[in-house]
Amino acid sequence: MKEKLFLLAALIVSFLFSLGSGHINPYYLDIVLGIGINIILAVSLNFINGYTGQFSLGHAGFMAVGAYTCASVTLFLGPMVLPLFGGAIEMLGVPALFLMALCAGGVLAAAVGWLVGVPSLRLKGDYLAIVTLGFGEIIRVIFQNIQAVGGPSGLKGIQTYTNLFWTYAWAALAIFTVLMLVHSTYGRGFLAVHDDEIAAAAMGVNTTRYKVTAFVVGSFFAGVAGGLYAHLKTFISPSGFDFLKSIDIVVMVILGGMGNTPGVILAAILLTLLPEVLRPVAQYRMILYALLIIIIMLTRPQGLFTLRGLRPQSARDSTHV
Amino acid sequence: MSEFFQQLINGLALGSIYALIALGYTMVYGVLRFINFAHGDIFMVGAFMGFYLTPMAGQVFGPHSLACALMVLVLSMLICAMLGILIERLAYRPLRNKPKLAVLITAIGVSLLIEYVGQHPMVFTASPKTFPELVHSRNFHLGAVVLSSNEVLVLAVTIVLLVGLELIVQKTKMGTAMRAVSFNAPAAALMGINLDVVISFTFGLGSALAAAGGILYAMKYPSIDPLMGIMPGLKAFTAAVLGGIGNIPGAALGGLVIGIVETFVGGSHWSNYRDAISFAILILILLFKPSGLLGKGEIEKV
Repeated sequence: MKEKLFLLAALIVSFLFSLGSGHINPYYLDIVLGIGINIILAVSLNFINGYTGQFSLGHAGFMAVGAYTCASVTLFLGPMVLPLFGGAIEMLGVPALFLMALCAGGVLAAAVGWLVGVPSLRLKGDYLAIVTLGFGEIIRVIFQNIQAVGGPSGLKGIQTYTNLFWTYAWAALAIFTVLMLVHSTYGRGFLAVHDDEIAAAAMGVNTTRYKVTAFVVGSFFAGVAGGLYAHLKTFISPSGFDFLKSIDIVVMVILGGMGNTPGVILAAILLTLLPEVLRPVAQYRMILYALLIIIIMLTRPQGLFTLRGLRPQSARDSTHV
Repeated sequence: MSEFFQQLINGLALGSIYALIALGYTMVYGVLRFINFAHGDIFMVGAFMGFYLTPMAGQVFGPHSLACALMVLVLSMLICAMLGILIERLAYRPLRNKPKLAVLITAIGVSLLIEYVGQHPMVFTASPKTFPELVHSRNFHLGAVVLSSNEVLVLAVTIVLLVGLELIVQKTKMGTAMRAVSFNAPAAALMGINLDVVISFTFGLGSALAAAGGILYAMKYPSIDPLMGIMPGLKAFTAAVLGGIGNIPGAALGGLVIGIVETFVGGSHWSNYRDAISFAILILILLFKPSGLLGKGEIEKV
């Protein structure tokens, strides 16, 4: 019940804020929207990497599927659908179209997640990491070769539909879904797979099914985040969804603490703000970013915001296996 | 038919470079069980060391001489070996008994650090540089097949280094210690092997091979920049996994397979998918033989 109230409150607050978003400095608005998108990405990857313990390095690939699908829907279907709304284009047409496009992006990303997940989740640890990395790269190369969406030069002229409401409504929904899943009776299976896959299988947990479910749900939200990203930046290209983008998201999850949703959200906020804060020392900012990752890992390898003993069973890292 | 041989030779040359990089991944994985993501960047540093050392060595030994090329190669390998040892000492050793993911992220951090420091205007700068001609390139004609002296050199250097590595690993005391550590590190430590020394040596050896790979790669593709290590690094890593990670002959074989297949795909009308194909092969192999081509299947103990 508490979670449902939280979701409702988040939806209302984000809606109210989006009404006043015209008064916010566009630079700050851009950052705040970027934070929201990164929260969706980090929380969804945390579901796969943190709660279920399946180390994936291909999240940017699913984001790309969502971004391209969503942008294609608004670009190619939009001109056909929008006139049907007549005078209510701004009030009804655009939101309906955008919601449809985001869902399409999420569903297609989830479908790709399923296609990738079913074969690769037989693998573990490093092998799984490299296979997901490989799939991410393959997805990128495929988009490079589809001329209808611009090929290597990318897709231009996407409308700016992303606003505070859509971003934070989806962020709240992602957090809500992940938390509800993990804390449900059914969801104990995800943690069981994370803690000890063999023991879980011996207890009759269908581990493959749980792993694939986590992958599909995570990919869905990555796809939605991709759609929001496309309609924020108005331009997407395959090189924007490369291996480094996946690494960015992984770093958020690890800094926040694997399987620690509030920590991951904080890390997403911090890591989005960090490059902006470091803007005055532009030449050094990426160097500082890299140094910061190393120093944090050396001093707090369990993540910035994980308190020891908070969840005893997760203290044992799954990758020791 | 001659085109087939031409492509095969190109593929072998590229594949042997991948093999040199893959060996570093596989050796480090063998002793520490972790993926050293910064390895591709050491390869890049190797190429840049070659870029800066070539004019200097040219003054001493005469430009384009074989002695000059050898000197550049050896010096770059030494510098990168020291860099590798330094990275292990500063970034990885403090985390040795921590969760493996923390080490992986640190490695990613080190990789980003090297790339961004390299892009800084006071270091290598972000704009591509043209790698100088180390030795004069000549073409030999074998029937219809054209063999460039650079490719012969790449193959020759690789073979020498591989034989040298095999000798070190199989015949020396340090090599025996390396094999013992990769077989069972705690037991090796109990037998009086100094783990720190062995691990440092492994990093040095792997980084030296990566530096050699960097120079050979720059001779083949003379445009070098601070991000040049990412793609060859990823492909060499897939080569290591393809051959069975932790397995030294496997890494060499995996590198050759990836290089040859990539060259053939690049020469066909699927050439746009060149970068994707090595990953596709990797995925197929892992799905049907997850321990890699030469890796031995591990039985999971509960």
